[in-house]
Amino acid sequence: MSLNVDPLNLIVCGVGGQGNILISRMIGRILSRKGYHVTIGETFGAAQRGGAVHSSMRISRKRYYGPLIPKGRAHIIASLEPLETLRILAAYGNENVMTVTNTQPVYPVAVLSRRREYPELAMLKKTVMTLSGAAWLVNVTQMALELGTPIAANIILLGGLLGTGKIPLSSAEVEGEIRSTFPASAAELNLKALEMGREAILASASS
Amino acid sequence: MTTVTKVKQHNDLQKFLLGNEALARGALEAGISFAAGYPGTPSSEIIETLAKSAKELNLYVEWSTNEKVAAEGAAAAAISGLRTLVAMKNAGLSVALDFLTHLSLTGLGDQQGALVAVVCDDPDAHSSGDETDSRWLAKFAYTPLMEPSTVQEAHQMIQAAYGLSQKHRCYVILRSYTRLSHASSLVEMGEIRPSQPKARTDPSSCLTPYLAKPKHDAVLRKLEQIEKEFDASPFNKYLGPDTPKLVVVCSGSGVTSATEAIELLGLEESVGMLKLGTLWPFPKSFVQRHLKNVAEILVVEEVDPFVELHVREALYDAKPSKQSVYGKLSGHIPGYGEIDPDRIVQALSSILKRDYQSRSAEYSKAAQSVVDDVLVSRGLTWCPGCPHRGSFWALGKALKADKRDIYVTGDIGCYTLDVFPEGKCQMNLLHAMGSGVGLAAGLGQLGKFGYDQPVMSICGDSTFFHASLPGLINAIYNKSNMILVILDNQATAMTGFQAHPGVGYNAMGEPTNRIDIENLCRALGAMVTVSDAFDIKGTTAKIRELLKVNEGVRILILRRVCELLRMKREKKKPLVVKVDTQKCKGEKCAICYSAFRCPAFMKDTDTGKASIREEACPGCGVCISICPSKAIIGEVQAS
Repeated sequence: MSLNVDPLNLIVCGVGGQGNILISRMIGRILSRKGYHVTIGETFGAAQRGGAVHSSMRISRKRYYGPLIPKGRAHIIASLEPLETLRILAAYGNENVMTVTNTQPVYPVAVLSRRREYPELAMLKKTVMTLSGAAWLVNVTQMALELGTPIAANIILLGGLLGTGKIPLSSAEVEGEIRSTFPASAAELNLKALEMGREAILASASS
Repeated sequence: MTTVTKVKQHNDLQKFLLGNEALARGALEAGISFAAGYPGTPSSEIIETLAKSAKELNLYVEWSTNEKVAAEGAAAAAISGLRTLVAMKNAGLSVALDFLTHLSLTGLGDQQGALVAVVCDDPDAHSSGDETDSRWLAKFAYTPLMEPSTVQEAHQMIQAAYGLSQKHRCYVILRSYTRLSHASSLVEMGEIRPSQPKARTDPSSCLTPYLAKPKHDAVLRKLEQIEKEFDASPFNKYLGPDTPKLVVVCSGSGVTSATEAIELLGLEESVGMLKLGTLWPFPKSFVQRHLKNVAEILVVEEVDPFVELHVREALYDAKPSKQSVYGKLSGHIPGYGEIDPDRIVQALSSILKRDYQSRSAEYSKAAQSVVDDVLVSRGLTWCPGCPHRGSFWALGKALKADKRDIYVTGDIGCYTLDVFPEGKCQMNLLHAMGSGVGLAAGLGQLGKFGYDQPVMSICGDSTFFHASLPGLINAIYNKSNMILVILDNQATAMTGFQAHPGVGYNAMGEPTNRIDIENLCRALGAMVTVSDAFDIKGTTAKIRELLKVNEGVRILILRRVCELLRMKREKKKPLVVKVDTQKCKGEKCAICYSAFRCPAFMKDTDTGKASIREEACPGCGVCISICPSKAIIGEVQAS
């Protein structure tokens, strides 16, 4: 598969602890092996403490791009938290951006402490759709709970991203990477999670 | 984290590495034997990566108590003939600087060792109290500084830095920064050649900066020599058209950003790029050679106008005809923060009168209304199960019960989050590592000036060893009137749970002497009390007791291992914590989700009652004791 745009700018985002850095590195390793020039920039600060975390990925056939994507120039956004999706869209989105997002909120502390309201979910989803050229909205947290492994939500999202067919990755390549990333026992579960995510996207047409 | 040595067994010399891993790998290929550092974002992964290779390659790797000690250890090993590395963040360089300014004057002696100090700056202060620019300190300390622009170049440049250090018998600063240390890409590596160097020092001579004047002169001559080499360095190059209309001078992350900005504006035919990798001594003739016939020059760099001032100086000396130099001093690049493609696009557009639109005006307008009306900032907070939440809860209760204006000094660690927007803001004065005790010690002497507020200082266990100890000894020696609360969570938690002298194991994971904070404090002559950070009632009572005493140094140690570390070790929840919705008073109370603010709590939007997010709750159970209605229940999990 070739790139429709070069560089392809992909942002994987979420909240500290959700595992978005892991999936961006998995994608980075696979594409590097396939000869793409991949640079990942990670913005996490004190990420384990509830902050917003995102990895910006530059994927190119030509050369190594810097880790920072110019504002308004993302091509694909994969997100583990809907408010974070919107935060990234506001800074890096454009009319043609493609979004795959989890719909399960993780409330900021300001919301827990009742100083701010979390945006109404229906409005949040609608705004994500308005600001995206194409958008897939799935509750990967719920799916992971059904699978019995809440932490596999990131791999379900990776499956979703794979299902869109917009990044130059094959199922076999991602499965191979899962096998080499996780110990055998966890690998099986994650392969299941990957397939769940892929099917969920294939089953739902993009809005 | 990747083990960077494994690759050689697979006979595969390409690997997808983090910037800090590439620096570690480059240092290993350069043949280092000794590495030391103190953790600090964004530098920590360098020592962590080397520690993982220590056994296989027979290295010595340590987490030192602070950056000065780390620099001294690595310098001593270099003076004995080894190749060594010291790693720190920008703030750490200030700690090590007293020693490093002296070391510049003596050099590393005649045993053919080499020392590279990797200093990781944090422009934008993503995880720092400031964004100080280390490049000035290389100039201040009379030592060479190099700055890579990509992960691959970092891997090569650190090897060149070892060559330079050994040749000129001086240490070299390799400046990294957040966008390099925490970027990753594929790195083409070389082989790691096993070496067994013999360490030896020369007892017949004295390396000392004293009698400094002639040594200063010699250092200046050495820097002149290095400047000549930098003028021809492959890390400095011109890229672009033969007769450019404008040249962008850049280094570090400015290089990829400038390349992209030129591409975004379609200026490849008219704008060139002068990329600098060796920044001190400044490669003046190289810059003069490439810029003397250029009419317009834009200097892009992070934080301070270091390169810009030296470019201006070089051009002044070259006396060219009319030239315009743009950058921070002209207001084309902001005088603070990171450099990114957008900042350069903006500067170039303004100088060359170009239009650039990243997306339609309509989209930008919609995006702006999202920023204004929808986004809620995600302030940092302590993790679910964090001992500090218990400590600060008890502290808050004790402070509230005491009617006096207690003044609290803080320090650097996870507990610093208390002064962030989502914290409890109980600390009133907070500066550098270890400063909390020093500041409190000063306030504790003000009784004779009518100061009658009780003074309390808070520090963590790693910070205690790093720089609080001299302040504490000062306070006890000078009979300051203060309380010190040590939050002992058995790790340098903020930066990723690195070992410190109080944990009983070292950077390489080997068991070692454990320095007991309680015994140490008692030996110093302080009054010492210990409590469990999760024993809210007991801790509150103990703080109140210490507040009744009005003289001398009183210490409270709050013990409880970092929850993330506990979870890593035990891999299970101690309790299944649930809310009894019959008993929960909901919004009338809201203490758990609104005041205690453990992120595992949620407010049920329909009933207003508390609920617990199972996937976020670690089952620590501290919340059980803060619920006035006894509505939070913890059940021991069947194993």
